[in-house]
Amino acid sequence: MRLNPKTSQKIMRIVLGIATGLTIFILLFIIVFMLSKGIPVLNWEFLSNFPAKMGKAGGILPTIIGTFVLTLVAIVIATPLGVGAAVYLTEYIREGKITKIIRFGAESLAGIPSIIFGLFGFILFVVTLKMGWSILSGGLTLAFMILPTIIRTSEEAIKTVPYSYREVSFSLGATKWETIKKVVLPNALPGIVTGIILGIGRSVGETAAVIFTAGSSLRLPSSLFDSVRTMSVHFYILSREGISMKNACGTAAVLVIFILAMNLTAYWIMHKFTKRNL
Amino acid sequence: MNTIEVKNLNFYYGNFQALKDIGIAFQEKIITALIGPSGCGKSTLLRCLNRMNDLIEGVKISGEVDFKDKNIYSKNIDVVELRRHVGMVFQRPNPFPLSVFDNVVYGLKVHGVTQAFRLEEIVERSLKATGLWDEMKDKLNSIATELPLEQQQRLCMARLVAIEPEVILMDEPCSALDPIATAKIEELMFELKKKYTIVIVTHNMQQAARVSDCCGFMLLGELIEFGTTSKIFTSPDNQKTQDYITGRFG
Repeated sequence: MRLNPKTSQKIMRIVLGIATGLTIFILLFIIVFMLSKGIPVLNWEFLSNFPAKMGKAGGILPTIIGTFVLTLVAIVIATPLGVGAAVYLTEYIREGKITKIIRFGAESLAGIPSIIFGLFGFILFVVTLKMGWSILSGGLTLAFMILPTIIRTSEEAIKTVPYSYREVSFSLGATKWETIKKVVLPNALPGIVTGIILGIGRSVGETAAVIFTAGSSLRLPSSLFDSVRTMSVHFYILSREGISMKNACGTAAVLVIFILAMNLTAYWIMHKFTKRNL
Repeated sequence: MNTIEVKNLNFYYGNFQALKDIGIAFQEKIITALIGPSGCGKSTLLRCLNRMNDLIEGVKISGEVDFKDKNIYSKNIDVVELRRHVGMVFQRPNPFPLSVFDNVVYGLKVHGVTQAFRLEEIVERSLKATGLWDEMKDKLNSIATELPLEQQQRLCMARLVAIEPEVILMDEPCSALDPIATAKIEELMFELKKKYTIVIVTHNMQQAARVSDCCGFMLLGELIEFGTTSKIFTSPDNQKTQDYITGRFG
């Protein structure tokens, strides 16, 4: 029996609406649930104090700093590499077998579970290169992990810059590099920034790759060769070892708020930049 | 005097021969128009004159294009330097999404002019040369891509004039504009030809008749006839030219 098109139209509308509503509900539920468990724990002392009794009491200051430093190192390493590779792939070599292979490689790399990066980082940086559990080992591992994301998003951003801009620039006597520097990159910047933000998001929340490479020291780091504990590693340990579920939720809440704030900032920066310069 | 002289030029996109043994000379400080039906190779020929075709994949070229008696396809030619002297205006106005001021100074900055007073001076001069100064002098900071199309196209010309090329190549510069804007751009061409050698590709035969001094008719990659515009449009030697001019095909 064939449904009346009008009826099926109505039914489908409802079904699709439910799918959308459910998605939003699940998303909000997770955030609200985590925040409602975590926010009561939050206060200035929790943010600014050192943990006591393995994290059962006290605050989470070193983990906030650890997260920040590790992410910074990862971004500082991955951004020039990733954007540089993206520029080379899109502007300097022609679309062909080699670009396809590289792109396939980058995509596969993006799909690899982070724990494999962790194991790789552990074997290469921590053990073989004798960097130990350190900010440097962790930062390098995270950099490798987010590199494909940065390359892909930068490539897409660069490709959206109209060909005519490049053409005009060449016709005015600009060299390829001048064209890239003055026309392509500025116009691709919002997209590139998005890629970097995605990379930051992945780094900030990453646990598996970090626990293997940056360790879980609760002391404040004094050099790149010191071990740090990130927020995500901290609440993983707090909850798994049954130290304090309350403080785990508190840390998670800080992380969630941090990521939300960062995304909003990124959105704001992009919006401002797009308006002013594009 | 001939500014650009093309000799025995053959051009291929892959296996397709787009230009067949072209020989043509573009004289100093006049407007030369290239006309012909779509796909006849007129734009390709235009883009051979400042080597914009280099950017396309899989093209092959033989023959000579002499700019001031030097073959621009010989090995020791600096393409970047060439394009500084032989500039181009494109079919669609294509200002950068920057301010009016930054658009005009783009080429200058590329070529190393950085002092603010020099830049301001040249912006004023270039906008005056393209008839934009009165409209734009208070709006130098507005975003160029938000201007009306005609002003955008003028701005593209100002951006080019700023680097003081010797030749301006125009690839159907009015095809995105309405008739009134077209008339204004044509007036501008008359102004510009006092200082620059202009080669224009156009689809619009009336436009060729109105603005050009010399005219070349192309068909299927060949230059069928070349001569003064008045001759081409009133008593062409070739029957095909006659047919095209009178609108029998094309």
